[in-house]
Amino acid sequence: MIIKYLIEKEFKQLARNPFILFIVVALPVLVMLVFPWATTMEIKNVNVAVVDNDRSDQSRLLTEKIASTEYFDITGVFMRSEDALEQIEFGDADIILEVPYGFGQALVSEGEGSLLIEANAVNGTKASLGTSYLDMIVLDFAEEINLERGAVSVLPAGGIDVDSYYWFNPTMDYKIPMIPALVMLVVALITGFLPAMNIVGEKEAGTIEQINVTPVPKITFIVGKLIPYWIIGIIVLSVGMLVAWLLYGLRPEGSVLLLYGLSLVFVFGISGLGLIISNYSSNMQQAMFMIFFIIIVFILMSGIFTPVSSMPEWARVISMFDPFTYFAQIMSMIYLKGSTFRDILQYVYPLLAFFVVIIGWAVLSYRKRG
Amino acid sequence: MYSVEADNLIKRYGSNEALRGVSFRVDAGEIFGIIGPDGAGKTSIFRILTTLILPDGGSARVLGQDVVRDYHEIRRRVGYMPGRFSLYQDLSVEENIRFFATLFGTTLEENYDLVKDIYSYLEPFRKRKAGALSGGMKQKLALSCALIHKPEVLFLDEPTTGVDPVSRKEFWTMLTRLKQQGLSIVVSTPYMDEATLCDRIALIEHGRFLDTDTPAGIISKFTLPLLAVDGPHMPSLLRDIRQIPQVFSCFAFGDTHHVVLRESGLSEEAQIDLLHTALYAKGHTDLTIRHIKPGVEDCFMYLDTLEERS
Repeated sequence: MIIKYLIEKEFKQLARNPFILFIVVALPVLVMLVFPWATTMEIKNVNVAVVDNDRSDQSRLLTEKIASTEYFDITGVFMRSEDALEQIEFGDADIILEVPYGFGQALVSEGEGSLLIEANAVNGTKASLGTSYLDMIVLDFAEEINLERGAVSVLPAGGIDVDSYYWFNPTMDYKIPMIPALVMLVVALITGFLPAMNIVGEKEAGTIEQINVTPVPKITFIVGKLIPYWIIGIIVLSVGMLVAWLLYGLRPEGSVLLLYGLSLVFVFGISGLGLIISNYSSNMQQAMFMIFFIIIVFILMSGIFTPVSSMPEWARVISMFDPFTYFAQIMSMIYLKGSTFRDILQYVYPLLAFFVVIIGWAVLSYRKRG
Repeated sequence: MYSVEADNLIKRYGSNEALRGVSFRVDAGEIFGIIGPDGAGKTSIFRILTTLILPDGGSARVLGQDVVRDYHEIRRRVGYMPGRFSLYQDLSVEENIRFFATLFGTTLEENYDLVKDIYSYLEPFRKRKAGALSGGMKQKLALSCALIHKPEVLFLDEPTTGVDPVSRKEFWTMLTRLKQQGLSIVVSTPYMDEATLCDRIALIEHGRFLDTDTPAGIISKFTLPLLAVDGPHMPSLLRDIRQIPQVFSCFAFGDTHHVVLRESGLSEEAQIDLLHTALYAKGHTDLTIRHIKPGVEDCFMYLDTLEERS
């Protein structure tokens, strides 16, 4: 079996490249260690500039209440709106809370009052989440004042009190849903980039010439190149999963075997894509930029960071052709929901289609003659 | 049957014509040399014959098999050593040779006899990475790898470029020995001195063969008077010689200038006097002028000049 020797040769080369060994172990650990914290959607340390036109006990109490939470920092209490706006312009403050004259008086006597909240919407997430947090604090504050007054509730008459429960992630920890996606990402990065460098590397070294004059068939050559990345993919996946467990206590709810099985399909597809790029590239830079570009597009269109359902129609069409979309779904469903094969079947078909197209293309695009 | 038959091969890279109709035959068991400077089209010929690229025109057969249609059969039966070192630099000497043996479905042991002479030089270093070998050793390893599957025709593209003179000499001795074992060898080189070691040679320039013959045959066709001139001011001397009307061409060859005179019927002494007089008029003194026998390089320069002027 010639393929056995081809694979053996690939492994000898991989084993002699200390950088690859480093990447395969260190990258998943680093990604799992750092990224869940960095990709969190939680907003903390929002800077608030307070314009206090009231100067009452109530306005001071409200300011103190805001400052006492971990979400907000008070950058200053100002007399004029212009001064607070300047804070926003210089980027020192994200939100202005303006307390109008007579706020405290009205609140105590009538149980009503109005406030103005202005946010810097350059960072949309911070602005919207910051204002809604601030809303909640103000509401809470109003409730306290009302209770002191002896009223029952600040909620509008006939109002509905809503309690929420977050399934599969009860504490709404933003790190949890990111973890399966990050495991996928690190597997895709390594098994996409390494093969993209491979064949073009042989072209640059000239060794492809010597291979091409041998009677080794195309398919044998390509499959011989893919299998080592299959194994690397499994190692990376295992390291990533292990770190997720040790660090965040997150284990797949569903079948680990199913997770591995589908990962193999995914890895085969992604490394096939790497090899296709490698086949078409004439030097390392080209291959590098191509795979970089494609992986970035795959990540952004996949719905890992922003939900696909809120994308415009045309973007949703693109994400339909993005293997990350399906595999990210599969990963989080098995990981968080404990989904079975039957549950994820609708995502398995597109993944298989991707696999078949890519492998066929990879074999065809490898040209033994110009 | 010929080992190699090429008929009117044409290869273009974009608008650049690398081969403009090349034809030749290589007999079984002969060393056929393709001699010419860099960029003349030597590598394109090799790549077509080893089935790595397709010709844009013409046809070629190797061992009777068509290079386009029967490429699979050809790959099994020929050995190719590209101009650039193309083995895995991060694998050891032994790993490389064993790897290529397995790709052809054989083993080092099975064909050891064939490569013994060459591989014996490498055995002390068989654990060393190929990338860490010297130029001469790399070339021997590449030859061993090209031979390991017992090919019937060997294609060697500039095997001695960048190799020291001693290794070059050893290499040609090996080729002669391989030829005695019945192998046909097609070899290219930019070194004209290696041309005389081939059975037959083709002189190539700008994608066209200038002539194909035995080295002696090519030299015997050179009938114009050839003189070597050397003196104290070589660069200006070259310019001034070229302005003499009786001079056909003049080129710098190492530390002398080789001058080809037009057919004139003058005696040898008269030719020397003619040059002395003409050059004295331009202020050149202390010149040494003598008749010399032409070499392959003189023939090449002559044919190339002839081609350019026509």
